[in-house]
Amino acid sequence: MANKSNSAAVIPHKVKRKGLKGFCRDNIGFFFILPWLIGFLIFKLYPMASSLYYSFTDYNLFQGISVVGTLQNYIDVFTTSKITKAMGITFRYAFITVPLKLIFALFVAYILNFKIKGVNLFRTIYYIPSILGGSVAIAVLWKAVFRDEGLLNGALALIGITGPSWLSDTRYSLMVICLLRVWQFGSSMVIFLAALKGVSADLYEAAAIDGAGKWRQFFSITVPLITPVIFYNLVTQLCQAFQEFNGPYIITSGGPRNSTTLLSLLIYNSAFKQYDMGMASAMAWVLFVILMFFTVIAFLSQKYWVFYSDEEG
Amino acid sequence: MAAESKTKHYTMLFLRYFVLIAVGFIMIYPLLWMVGATFKSNAEIFSSISFIPKNPTLEGYKAAMSSYGGDINIWKAMINTYSYVIPKVVFTVISVTITAYGFGRFQFKGHNILFAILMATLFLPQVVLNVPQFIMFSKFGWVDSKLYLPIIVPTLFATDTLFVFQLIQFLRGVPKDLDEAAKIDGCNAVQTLTKVIVPMLSPAITSITLFQFMWSSNDFMGPLLYVNTPAKYPLAIFVKLSMDADSGFQWNRVLALSLISIIPSLVVFFLAQDKFVDGISAGGVKG
Repeated sequence: MANKSNSAAVIPHKVKRKGLKGFCRDNIGFFFILPWLIGFLIFKLYPMASSLYYSFTDYNLFQGISVVGTLQNYIDVFTTSKITKAMGITFRYAFITVPLKLIFALFVAYILNFKIKGVNLFRTIYYIPSILGGSVAIAVLWKAVFRDEGLLNGALALIGITGPSWLSDTRYSLMVICLLRVWQFGSSMVIFLAALKGVSADLYEAAAIDGAGKWRQFFSITVPLITPVIFYNLVTQLCQAFQEFNGPYIITSGGPRNSTTLLSLLIYNSAFKQYDMGMASAMAWVLFVILMFFTVIAFLSQKYWVFYSDEEG
Repeated sequence: MAAESKTKHYTMLFLRYFVLIAVGFIMIYPLLWMVGATFKSNAEIFSSISFIPKNPTLEGYKAAMSSYGGDINIWKAMINTYSYVIPKVVFTVISVTITAYGFGRFQFKGHNILFAILMATLFLPQVVLNVPQFIMFSKFGWVDSKLYLPIIVPTLFATDTLFVFQLIQFLRGVPKDLDEAAKIDGCNAVQTLTKVIVPMLSPAITSITLFQFMWSSNDFMGPLLYVNTPAKYPLAIFVKLSMDADSGFQWNRVLALSLISIIPSLVVFFLAQDKFVDGISAGGVKG
């Protein structure tokens, strides 16, 4: 008897709630994330896996899968000149746009961070192009600006310069697309500005007393202290740049002579114009691997140039 | 010496404002010019770079009101757009908040591995998902669905992981004592969420609402893939098709259409610009 009552007293401490009800109570958080998990499995994991599978097949959208387990798509990706050219253009696009955008954003944020009157007005004005960024309307406007007799050439004519055909000259067409995204430097700038505000004024004063000029202060104090934000902007902008689609699709349709055909455009054409789903999947995976490669490089390189405040040094 | 440094000070000041104003001009002038151009005749638009119309006309707007192929006009396209943007925003906010609450406030079996997966999907590019998702949605019979199912349904499942991540970050700053107090007062987990957590998260939820509204209104790829019936075209597709059909001869119409299409976004931006700036600075949002 004594033994029994003893063990009964122990139960609440020793034995966890068992059974379905107890399990539910202990893992209640799981039910909150369940919708996300289902969404992940259906809308992300399954498509990723099936796309990997499709990339090794000969798959026409209407005729179905005819060959399975072929490497032909991947061989074609690296041997078709149109595709390798598009890869080169995608790299060029990303490596022109991202640095230009970030340097410009940082430069403007740096100036705005001096005690400027009307900071909010300037910030709003710089931010508007970003907020409308991906819209078709802005792409239409960009086309109107860079047309042969568009706004830019009209402005150049005023100072006696005959502007080139920006959109139909292969030397300039990619630049037009790059500039569209550089023009939308506002969101990166807002992030930089918030970070710059966090840099203590004492540091600048100390540096000024030690005789460091403004440039020296910028490169020795400002830049090192905001490297985490530079890193964040770099990764997000790279991800976006490698996937750019709207700009070239709407403004130039990839032309002239494929000079603005980025890989994302070729993927779209291959899938939704030629209905070659296998080829499109293979190209998408190659783009994905390239993107992952640069993301991983960026993450690994962090320890050489990104300084987090909780570290020493 | 003092005079010299004062001159230098003013030169620097002048230079800063000069740069800021010049950059501001480049930012805003194309947009101003666009507004002006919508009131110009087609002959005038590219004849000068001034944004003030010499002979203001509503010709562009009148042409913009005409329907395109009989099935669709600008107002219909606008209704179409917001008929998926609004559900998308509502569903995103609800599903993302629930998910963030689950990850941020509870421990459960597999919590850490699932959280790692959530973080990994932040880096999953949409460009890889487009083709297989299209194939999947066409098997579901959802392509060209009247209800824009492929565009709306995924948002029920918190597929925009960036927002989940932002909310979890924000939730970290909300003291857990509040949850405990609610529990003592007899709230269950759901009541704690709706009565305690949601009010505390409201600044972050506002920012998510605004960004999702902007991005969904501007989205081009989604409707390009999943909407094929002209009567169901949203603004993004309608404006693109009008441009293809009319550029070269009816620029005032195309620009008027473009301007009308971004007015809702502009209004929302001006009403809530501080919230946008707070959101982007706090959580770090792409854009």
